[in-house]
Amino acid sequence: MASAPAAISGPLILGDKSPGQVTDDVCSALERGPARSWWIAIAISSSMLLLGLITVAYQVLTGIGTWGLNNTVGWAFDITNFVFWIGIGHAGTLISAVLFLFRQKWRTSVNRAAEAMTIFAVICAGIFPLIHMGRPWLAHWMAPYPNTRGPLWINFRSPLVWDFFAISTYFTISLMFWYVGLIPDMATMRDRLTGGWRKKAANFLSLGWNGSFRTWFHYETVYLLLAGLATPLVVSVHTIVSWDFATSVIPGWHTTILPPYFVAGAIFSGMSMVLTLMLIARKTMGLEDYLTKRHVGAMCKLLIATGGMVAIAYATEFVAAMYSNNDYEQFAFINRAKGPLCWSYWIMVSCNVLTPQILWFKWARSNMVVVFVVSILINIGMWFERFVIIVTSLHRDYLPSNWTGYAPTSIEIATLVGSFGLFLTLFLLFCRFVPVIAIAEVKGVLSHGRKSHE
Amino acid sequence: MARWGMTIDLDRCTACQGCVTACQAENNLPPTGMDDANKGRNYTWMEMIPFAGEGERPKAIDRLLPRPCLHCDHPPCVKVCPVGATFKSEEGIVGQIFSRCIGCRYCTTACPYTARYFNWTTPQWPEPLAKHLNPDVSLRPKGVVEKCTLCHHRLQNARDKARAENRPLRPGEYISACAEACPTDAMVFGDLDNPESEVSKLANSQRAFKLLEDLGTEPKVIYLREGN
Repeated sequence: MASAPAAISGPLILGDKSPGQVTDDVCSALERGPARSWWIAIAISSSMLLLGLITVAYQVLTGIGTWGLNNTVGWAFDITNFVFWIGIGHAGTLISAVLFLFRQKWRTSVNRAAEAMTIFAVICAGIFPLIHMGRPWLAHWMAPYPNTRGPLWINFRSPLVWDFFAISTYFTISLMFWYVGLIPDMATMRDRLTGGWRKKAANFLSLGWNGSFRTWFHYETVYLLLAGLATPLVVSVHTIVSWDFATSVIPGWHTTILPPYFVAGAIFSGMSMVLTLMLIARKTMGLEDYLTKRHVGAMCKLLIATGGMVAIAYATEFVAAMYSNNDYEQFAFINRAKGPLCWSYWIMVSCNVLTPQILWFKWARSNMVVVFVVSILINIGMWFERFVIIVTSLHRDYLPSNWTGYAPTSIEIATLVGSFGLFLTLFLLFCRFVPVIAIAEVKGVLSHGRKSHE
Repeated sequence: MARWGMTIDLDRCTACQGCVTACQAENNLPPTGMDDANKGRNYTWMEMIPFAGEGERPKAIDRLLPRPCLHCDHPPCVKVCPVGATFKSEEGIVGQIFSRCIGCRYCTTACPYTARYFNWTTPQWPEPLAKHLNPDVSLRPKGVVEKCTLCHHRLQNARDKARAENRPLRPGEYISACAEACPTDAMVFGDLDNPESEVSKLANSQRAFKLLEDLGTEPKVIYLREGN
């Protein structure tokens, strides 16, 4: 482990590894039996998932009445969780597609895990719009398909329909991009494994990869095209999610700042989640040479940048509300900071605006414990950001006669825990069965065999 | 074509809540139990909303304002429904197809008046009430949104009758249950586009105002302010 802090230049992968060593390092973790810590982790995460499954089953059977919602606050934990998870996914696409197009070579160590995180986060996000419906068994009515219901068709003016398309597109493209990137590594696994179902699966999934020039040429072309396709999604998906709110006339929602604010917040929250997972994977799987302090430093700088955008958005919202001279809008923002749910607002501000400021210091960026704590706090803060936007706007709307409070029930909290269980279980399974580092891509940025970086 | 609407004269309204009760009976609204009421889950398509009157407390007089669905000409709820379960009819009624609703609650959220109600639990009527349900109005299952329909089943009945008698619909033949029940005639119901109708005259009077007018929702339930 290099003792010097992250430098601008220098090797991306430490230890002067040869291509063969890279393959060994990444694949041997998969070929060994799972470590004890992995069993402990999956026991915890699958228990959380089981809790979530039980509560969702109970809630679907009993009804949304089991949640703490009321006539005024019709959305709360459900949509908060949805926006939180969908936001998490954005960093994965940013790292895998946008940084690819910008030729940021440091992405190669991170992109596999970040894309996996995107896919799992989108799965978690997709569950909430489904289970928050009063009649989730009729969810297919959101899809435009020929039917016998005569003039009843979906309403293309509804942002919820746009959401449906945005998320399904996002999931499809992310999955394809991830899978295409996996093909060379699947071939590596196929060649290394001696038998068993895993060899069969790797054989099937590598699609007859033979490593020829022609194969590589096609692969690189498809990968570049998919990166180009995925790039607009980094901006479009969360913009569309923000329209759920921005197109309603509710004070605190009805503002044009929401799309850029949501996109910046999504990348901010996603980066912090990537960091959380990366730091755990780095430590537990012995990948310090691949996920170096330089990678962590680069991610921290992105956190400062996106965190700054989020902070500006918080300030702009206040200024816009005050400048609008609209009583309702002004009250909505004063109520956020001073109303009955002000604690959630101040958690949001302290976690998202104050916490990342420590990352300006180099010693903080190279101290993994500090970075880990910061990333966890930002995760918490970004969850509360969505809670603040949704619940504080709804619980004090136009007519004071409708004002209510909101407190989640145990069912809602257990569902949130369950979604984390699903996410972590999927991620742990991913760590066991798929190379967590893109072997083929990392080989392209090795310093081995090159004279100097200077 | 008619454009159905209503005026509510706040000078005449005594806040007797006759309209609330009439609506409950007409539209098969389940009685909200204590538990649900405490949770803020009342079912009241016609609701008396309190607001502070003029003067300083404790002398200030609290007012009550009857608030049905305001049947906006630009309804924010219709725009957001993903499955088209809520719609504005050609005659301006904002209706709800209960059997089409998937229960996403986007409309209850988007409505600035909170005039929409979600069925949090399976509605229940304690014993004699269950035998008094109105056969003209369908019951709503758990998990769907319901709202004031301006008693459009009454419009259908009146229209069927007129058609059977081979004549046009007469003024006053279609009237909502709340307006019919109002003992002080504070509510006047009718066609807002007919310049001869009483409702259109009142709606264009100096006293007329719309709830949260700045939002541009253009409600068709129009209030007449008190005094003078």
